[in-house]
Amino acid sequence: MQRQLTKERIGLTSNYAAAYAAKAADVDVIAAYPITPQTTIIEKLAEFVADGELNAEFIPVESEHSALSAMVGASAVGARVFTATSAQGLEYMHEVLHIASGLRLPIVMATPGRALSAPISIHGDYQDIMNARDTGWIIYIASTAQEVYDTIIQAYKVAEDPRVLLPVMVSYDGFLMSHTVEPVDIYPDEYVRNYIPKFIGNRPRLSPNEPITMGPIATPDWYYEIKYQVIRANKDSRVIIDEVNKSFTERFGNQYDVIERYMTDDADYVLITYGGASTGNAKEAVNKLRENGIRAGVVRIRLYRPFPAEDIAKAVEGAKVIGVIDRALSIGNYIEGPVYNDIASAFYTLGVEKPLVSAIHGISQRAMYINDFYQFVIKLKDFYESKSYPKNPIYLGLRE
Amino acid sequence: MKTYFKTVRDLPREEYFGPGQLTCAGCGPSIAVRWILKAAGKNAIVVNATGCIEVTTTQYPYTAWGVPYIHVAFENSAAVASGIEAGLRIMNKKGLVNENPKVIVIAGDGGTYDIGLQSLSGMLERGHKVLYILYDNEAYMNTGIQRSGGTPHFAWTTTSPVGEVQKGKQQLKKDIFSIVIAHKVPYAATASIAYPIDLANKVKTALDYTDEGPTFLHVIAPCPPGWKYEEKLTVELARLAVETGYFPLMEWDHGKLRLNPPSDRLIDKKNRRPLIEFLKPQGRFSHMTEANIKEMEKEIDAYWDYIVRLMNAFK
Repeated sequence: MQRQLTKERIGLTSNYAAAYAAKAADVDVIAAYPITPQTTIIEKLAEFVADGELNAEFIPVESEHSALSAMVGASAVGARVFTATSAQGLEYMHEVLHIASGLRLPIVMATPGRALSAPISIHGDYQDIMNARDTGWIIYIASTAQEVYDTIIQAYKVAEDPRVLLPVMVSYDGFLMSHTVEPVDIYPDEYVRNYIPKFIGNRPRLSPNEPITMGPIATPDWYYEIKYQVIRANKDSRVIIDEVNKSFTERFGNQYDVIERYMTDDADYVLITYGGASTGNAKEAVNKLRENGIRAGVVRIRLYRPFPAEDIAKAVEGAKVIGVIDRALSIGNYIEGPVYNDIASAFYTLGVEKPLVSAIHGISQRAMYINDFYQFVIKLKDFYESKSYPKNPIYLGLRE
Repeated sequence: MKTYFKTVRDLPREEYFGPGQLTCAGCGPSIAVRWILKAAGKNAIVVNATGCIEVTTTQYPYTAWGVPYIHVAFENSAAVASGIEAGLRIMNKKGLVNENPKVIVIAGDGGTYDIGLQSLSGMLERGHKVLYILYDNEAYMNTGIQRSGGTPHFAWTTTSPVGEVQKGKQQLKKDIFSIVIAHKVPYAATASIAYPIDLANKVKTALDYTDEGPTFLHVIAPCPPGWKYEEKLTVELARLAVETGYFPLMEWDHGKLRLNPPSDRLIDKKNRRPLIEFLKPQGRFSHMTEANIKEMEKEIDAYWDYIVRLMNAFK
């Protein structure tokens, strides 16, 4: 084993970073179907396989439904698997998302987020990811290409832990990250593989040596208990996720938590964000706000499922008002921001009595300007001073 | 077809399909599965599509399966099998395991003709080394008898009811066999549960040829509640389906098409038993008029004509 970590810094899109991470993880089977903005991930992986840089089976399936189904099959015999999709593809897979978690298979999938049809849009937001939030998968949302690379490595460590055995989705901004180049430190494959070794037989698998039945029918007598095991596995995965964040730092240096705090310690106004562009803009806005004497901060949600409610609550302890910026919609809900609703529910349960304001932005990649975030905080301040809060989300960037 | 079994006595005594499952009395598909597993032996992994066989044999915490078994969903068993086959291939190559089980899909007509057609086609096109077995009871029986692409013309189902204006299914049975062989697979065959030796030999032959690529077996398996006949007639109807020419036994073997006994002597229509013998015991056809029966006979003749022309083209 290579004991000394040597990092090589190269320019990668987040999609290529995902592909490099899958290669480093020595995945055995990849099944994928092209869809924007995911496609360059699987193109890169197809090249790695074609060039012999990655010893894997690449199954060019005829649909996303079959992509995830083939992953289920390969994972069921014990293979380490990887796939990627976005938008309509993730919708088409949806049925199998629930099955993958129900069968407790450690599948890892990269999902640059994209708007959903109709009208058809190839551009980025997080509607597809939000529609997958109740499937039992562990869901990370990364904010840099480096984080995409690192999180996919972490994802195998978490997913394959016998205490977890759940599929993991690593999401990030479609286009704004998937197709933009950033500097990424990549690690020698052998070094990564030593961190996430393969253990055949530490989970049930299909083998003629020991026949098992997977995917049986459960009557109402059993279904509830079996699903409850998934609930527990997802909730309890948090322990392993924290362990992995820690061991990852020891091995690779980069530090990760389930949320990222930016200038929250003394912040009166806190923006809660997810993904790259929202967070980057929010941070820039905070810098400018602070120059003008307004104490603002940002909390970025990195781990979306299991939802780090207590961490978020703690991070906003000193805040006067909190704004939640969603890049997705829950149409028909009283407040349409999906993560707003997660936070509202968590805060109510935890007894956090803070004014909470929802903002929607970046739908189908509507341009998000730093000034939008700046002005949103000014609004939060006005609301606070007038003690009057809106009963609807603020639709930033919308032509009304 | 290779001959592995000459008589029933040659079939393995081992049972891989356990008793006590919840199939109906007289279930044709469960007879098919029993023979299939006997012929395949224990070095196999079964992927089962959602359907009658799945719900009746895996009721948690019980299982009827003596071989490794997975059910994922209705439309994707060919894709799941693709992943299993590819997974085992690379794991063997990397030295992670040393196992070479045969991968067998068992799916019904709904899961094959209709909702599973795309994943089946993808699996065949990509050339996965999988034997796909269609057990055809000619409708969605598990959900309570709805018409599928495999349901024959005129047949009553709950979604092709016998009404004042429309009587039974208005369309013909889809020719799945032709669709499969159009993928240029090394081996595809039809079989009937009334001819277990033929069926078992075809399973073994197909499994042999899966080393080259995907293979396919289409097994006719009558269903008492769906076809509306007395349970004791299951095997009899599976035999009459063949003897009347309704369901020819044939095989596509490396680019050649041939009929198997007894269908090989049924090219001459005189040797076929009258279609009415197959139709009459079945309630699903009881509304058919003389004219309907004539029409169905014509359709069967046309299918035979097509088969013979195909045989001549691919000798």
